[in-house]
Amino acid sequence: MSARDLFSLNNPHFTRGVGIIAAILIVTAIAGFIVLPFAQPWIQFANVWDAICSAAGVVQRTATVAAPEETKRLSDVVLTSHTLSRPSQEAIGRGATLAQRCAICHGPTGISRADSPNLAGQYAAVIYKELHDFRSGARSNAVMSPFAVNLTDDEIADLSNYYAYLPRLPAYHPTPQLPKPNIVIFGAPLRGIAPCGACHGSLDNKTGSPWLEGQSEAYMKAQLQAFAEGERRNDISQQMRNIARAMTPQEIDAAAAYYASQPPDVVKAVD
Amino acid sequence: MLVNRKLILAHFWLAFAVFGVALTLGAWQMFIRSPLGTWLSNPELYYRSLTAHGTVMGYVFPTLVAMGFGYAISESALEQRLVGVRWAWTGFWLIVAGSIMAVIPIALGRASVLYTFYPPLIGNIFYYLGVVLVVVGSWIWVALMSINLRIWRKAHPGAPVPLAMFANVAGSYLWAWTAVGAALELLLQIIPVAAGLKNTIDAGLARVFFSWTLHAIVYFWLMPTYIAYYTIVPRAIGGRVYSDSMARISFILFLVVAMPIGMHHTFADPQVGAGFKFIHSAFTALVALPTLLTVFTICASVEIAARLRGGRGLFGWLRALPWDNPMMLALAFSFVMLGFGGAGGLINMSYQLDASIHNTQWITGHFHLIFGGAIVIMYFAIAYDLWPHLTGRELIDVRLIRTQLWLWFIGMVVTTFPWHWVGILGMPRRMAYFDFADPAIAPQALSVIFSAIGGFVLLTSGIMFIVILARGMRAPQVDAGAYRFAVAVHQPATVPVALNTHALWVALMIALTITNYGYPILNLATTGTSVPAVYVGAQ
Ligand code: HEM
Ligand SMILES: [Cu+2]
Repeated sequence: MSARDLFSLNNPHFTRGVGIIAAILIVTAIAGFIVLPFAQPWIQFANVWDAICSAAGVVQRTATVAAPEETKRLSDVVLTSHTLSRPSQEAIGRGATLAQRCAICHGPTGISRADSPNLAGQYAAVIYKELHDFRSGARSNAVMSPFAVNLTDDEIADLSNYYAYLPRLPAYHPTPQLPKPNIVIFGAPLRGIAPCGACHGSLDNKTGSPWLEGQSEAYMKAQLQAFAEGERRNDISQQMRNIARAMTPQEIDAAAAYYASQPPDVVKAVD
Repeated sequence: MLVNRKLILAHFWLAFAVFGVALTLGAWQMFIRSPLGTWLSNPELYYRSLTAHGTVMGYVFPTLVAMGFGYAISESALEQRLVGVRWAWTGFWLIVAGSIMAVIPIALGRASVLYTFYPPLIGNIFYYLGVVLVVVGSWIWVALMSINLRIWRKAHPGAPVPLAMFANVAGSYLWAWTAVGAALELLLQIIPVAAGLKNTIDAGLARVFFSWTLHAIVYFWLMPTYIAYYTIVPRAIGGRVYSDSMARISFILFLVVAMPIGMHHTFADPQVGAGFKFIHSAFTALVALPTLLTVFTICASVEIAARLRGGRGLFGWLRALPWDNPMMLALAFSFVMLGFGGAGGLINMSYQLDASIHNTQWITGHFHLIFGGAIVIMYFAIAYDLWPHLTGRELIDVRLIRTQLWLWFIGMVVTTFPWHWVGILGMPRRMAYFDFADPAIAPQALSVIFSAIGGFVLLTSGIMFIVILARGMRAPQVDAGAYRFAVAVHQPATVPVALNTHALWVALMIALTITNYGYPILNLATTGTSVPAVYVGAQ
């Protein structure tokens, strides 16, 4: 009963076992890599090798298929949950100096007295992404864009770190705290809307999504409408546009009013 | 000759304890997402529960059953004391430690990634390390099974290895090799990211590694059940195994063709080439063969029992079967569920039909029927059969046992049939709540309510099972005698080398893994298509 007797051409179990398996493998490989590719008349292959490569999953770039022309710029920022983690004190200091020119709209403490977004204590990755998008033109705004075009990468990083470092203060005109509307905690499953809270706090936070507590109601409404109409399009993979398009006007109102009424200390402290 | 009873009992008790917890979570999940529950204001709780349920039911529970049963087989079939008892306990404690390590981050909501890991979602590192410890613990068992068989072979040169042990070792080899896929995914891809050493991950490659594990793991779950079909049931109902060689061939076929077919789980994935999907699909069709052989052989063995009891006629012999014997009942229920589940599997394995049920509740219905139904009901039967030999006490309450098995069967049918149905209607799986008030899915509400009720029937049955075993620990003492396995009609005096050893089949299993997985893995590993990781609960 030695291995030599087993793995031997004189052993019919060995020859038949290996033979049958090999035959099945070869037949299925021929079918899968040659016959079936050519059985699809809507795909043209230059030769057999081309068909085999395609069936094997080799990434092919054919000259005949041109990438669709980009009419509007899309966001090209790549975020990971480590983007801008652990800033230095100097970076925050440089950010503070740079931020003086932002204070006129976003407030000296990062809390806006107009309907511009509050930035105090916002996640660094969020500010970083928006500034990059304003600079590249993926997002545009008559007031913000001119500020952003002249910023360098380092300046954007410093500003982001500075605002993230600021304490989260209550909004300038706090309103009575509203209860959570359905759209925030449940979304609308049949319309493919995940709960707002699943990304923007309340339930969970996802990288690149801002926390929204205490933001201006008018500002949030305007942004949701801009997403819905496709005027704002710097959300990666249309994450917000898909949601905003499916929201009813009532849901937009409810979500904006809810978040505007929340004090910032309910932001889930996860960072 | 069951010497290390404490060891075996420890495995079984831990298995059934974690099973009880996970079963409760499952029933809650069924309820909370049905129209009977109210929407969870924090759906993350649902995924927390789902991760715990899947991890326990998929990795911890069946592994412990296979291990405990494996030790019992090794001692009683080989009639030889287990060698390496200290190692066996080490393996057991590794599983305990790993389970605790994995469960803490899950309970804290830091690892709600589900048992399929779902990269680029990344949870707390201790969850993954816990899973690795469970797998390492089970690999110790694999080594011990192999070593014990080798020692026996030395003492019995040329003698046929008892069928139960032959199958048990085949199952352990299958597990050792199939776990490598998920181990590679965890060690090379996920754990470095969870540890913060990297922050991007190739999700497509990870899915291919996982599919390496995902199909053959179901045959690892299935092994104890098939061993029970062949080596316990015929003895328990007074019959004989129709063919010893047929049994060996079935287990060998599982070794060879259960492995290179996992990509049928990636039919909908763009990163795998269609040619490989076709090969995997074709080999998936082959894996029905050992199951068909088994169904045939076991039916024949059961018929032998019936005829020995005086059964007559073409089908009249069915009446002569010992229907009040729990083992007979469990086998019949298991076969019915295997039949329906297998028919459903035909839809999953076909490239085109799979597209209509992929990621729907059909899938969860399918594997609960086969795994939770056909397989687990035989785990119950194994425990009932072994218990008197492990405890030295009798399980007196046969009627309660029968009720428990009936409830499990009825509960499983009530749960999974409507579950399949709503899947065909398009209900997606892995969702915390559904808006049944919406006219689009309102007609599905009734089916989901039935499923939820079935879930509670299952929970009741599961509790009864644990109560029966617990009461069995205090019942009057008996001498259960030596633990024996079924004998064949023609008990073999000699067996061809190929049917008495595993080497050839293990070699084929590895060779087919290389032909069917080698290129896709190399291709993905060298093209570099990583995406940023998404850390659970991190900004
Ligand atoms: C009759 C033979 C079987 C066939 C042909 C089969 C086929 C399949 C296929 C193709 C899928 C993937 C469907 C998809 O994701 O689109 C699937 C899912 C699954 N099957 Fe089976 N199966 C069989 C038996 C079993 C058995 C015996 C078990 C358990 C012991 C099982 C457990 C599972 C599980 C756990 C999943 C879901 C995995 C996930 O979460 O994605 N299956 N089956
Ligand atoms: Cu599978």
